[in-house]
Amino acid sequence: MIQRLVVENLKHRPVRTLLSAIAIGVQVTMILTLVGVSRGVLGDIAARARGTGADILIRPPNSTVLAFSGNMPEGVVRVVREQPHVTQATGTLIQSIGNFNSITGIHLDEFNAISGGFRVLEGTLFQGPKDILVDEIEAKARKLHVGSEVDVGTKWRVCGIVEQGILSRMFTDIGVLQDFYSEKSKVSMIYVKLDTPANTNAVLTALKERLPDYKIYSVEEFVGLMSVDSIPLLKRFTSVVIGLALVIGFLVVFQSMYTAVLERTREIGILKALGASPGYVLNILLREAVVLAIVGAAVGILMTYGARALMRVFVPTMTQAIVPDWWPWAVLIAVVGALFGALYPGLKAARQDAIEALAYD
Amino acid sequence: MIEIRDLKKVYRVGEIDVHALRGANLKVERGEFIAIIGPSGSGKSTLFHILGGLTPPTSGSIHIGGRDLLAMSEAQRTEMRKTVVGFVFQKYNLLPTLTAADNIDIARHIAGRNHEPPDPQFEEILRLLGLTGRLDHKPRALSGGEQQRVAIARAIVNHPAILLADEPTGNLDTENSNAVLGVMRDLNDRLGQTILMITHNPEAAAFAHRIVKMRDGRVEG
Repeated sequence: MIQRLVVENLKHRPVRTLLSAIAIGVQVTMILTLVGVSRGVLGDIAARARGTGADILIRPPNSTVLAFSGNMPEGVVRVVREQPHVTQATGTLIQSIGNFNSITGIHLDEFNAISGGFRVLEGTLFQGPKDILVDEIEAKARKLHVGSEVDVGTKWRVCGIVEQGILSRMFTDIGVLQDFYSEKSKVSMIYVKLDTPANTNAVLTALKERLPDYKIYSVEEFVGLMSVDSIPLLKRFTSVVIGLALVIGFLVVFQSMYTAVLERTREIGILKALGASPGYVLNILLREAVVLAIVGAAVGILMTYGARALMRVFVPTMTQAIVPDWWPWAVLIAVVGALFGALYPGLKAARQDAIEALAYD
Repeated sequence: MIEIRDLKKVYRVGEIDVHALRGANLKVERGEFIAIIGPSGSGKSTLFHILGGLTPPTSGSIHIGGRDLLAMSEAQRTEMRKTVVGFVFQKYNLLPTLTAADNIDIARHIAGRNHEPPDPQFEEILRLLGLTGRLDHKPRALSGGEQQRVAIARAIVNHPAILLADEPTGNLDTENSNAVLGVMRDLNDRLGQTILMITHNPEAAAFAHRIVKMRDGRVEG
């Protein structure tokens, strides 16, 4: 019976209910989109790391897993190559060009030997020193074709468009990039191919002994680090967004329920005249808030699909994952915010004097 | 059934004490149908609110079925409203979002009787009230007379000891007024329902067994 009253009350003011649900939906979308983009982008990086075909990755000392900066001497590559079971090793130079974008300098022959080579969709591999390869996603995002010019501090000519999924989105010859950015004989990352992946642990141990301060990961370890939990800044940012979402949910439901309580003063008086206890009245208001939060969360989940569709059109280089494992959390956050928001109006209704309420017009 | 002695009620409005009841006395036997008449401000509504457990008296004594209302806590008075008294208001006071049937059912739900099997006697009462074909309609689709009959059904669904009707025909035309008053009289005759009705209308008061006059917070006759 209460449930019917709750649903009918919400249906009675369809515009307010819809607006409240959308507002709650926005907070849910904020959370799910942030988590989805974080996971999508990190997943992309992980997939591209796997796409290189390498078994082991080496980063400079004091570097972090996602930092573009931080380089090491190219001579380290030779040290790595000398290790038993290492069949190929190549260094790459990652140069940030702002807005979380980067160009990766590669030794094309060495890199092809590890990865099996790029699949060229349009154009050719490097023909000249100012040539740049871009993957299909970057080409779509920047509307690039073979022969297009890319101006990122210096002007590059697109020589080819390659299939996405290997290492990076934009590639140049490493020597040219080292010269241009005064990073002569420096590399940011070393990709190592072994005779068999079964030797990964043994080589990792040997490399860690030989290069004690360096960050050395198996590809699987590296992929495992590509999560929100391993990136403190992202984790903190997510917590801030969740906090904001809670506040928004609280305010939306507070405003909605407060208005509802004022509007329904007489109805509250009727319920009290019929013998409804303060708990009964509070129960109705809290249930309304929970239903509103659940409907809002469902709207928010649907809106994340819309956000993903928009991102595919406007920011194709950023992948947004759909994160069903976060849906229960998003619902919980919406419900908690809504319950807090409904508490004061609910208590106000529960304490309402029945005679005054019945006299209310 | 109801015994009221020297009942007083003082409201505080701002810094002024308003003496709404100044020593009212009244005795009502089980099965009586009483009309309470009197000018505005005579204390009729306050007496109803106290009888209905909506507000406590200031002093005096008031017993319903042997239960002392003065000694009751707020929670006990709330409990009493579930089954001991039923209200019918001038403005019907139905919940606008619920159908007529749900407006009646919610009174059963509040009283904790929603899981009990349907009451055959109540089905008969619904027929008596002429509501059987109108129960799926929301209040906005019902006439004033129909809404008031739904309110009466809601008030008696839990078989209260007393039915308190505050100007039940105040918003109705003559035809609907007579229908509602006829129904109340029928409930009194057939079920022995004790009814106290406030009214300004002498014709409405004539439906009662006894007319009680109130003036200046006291019962006159």
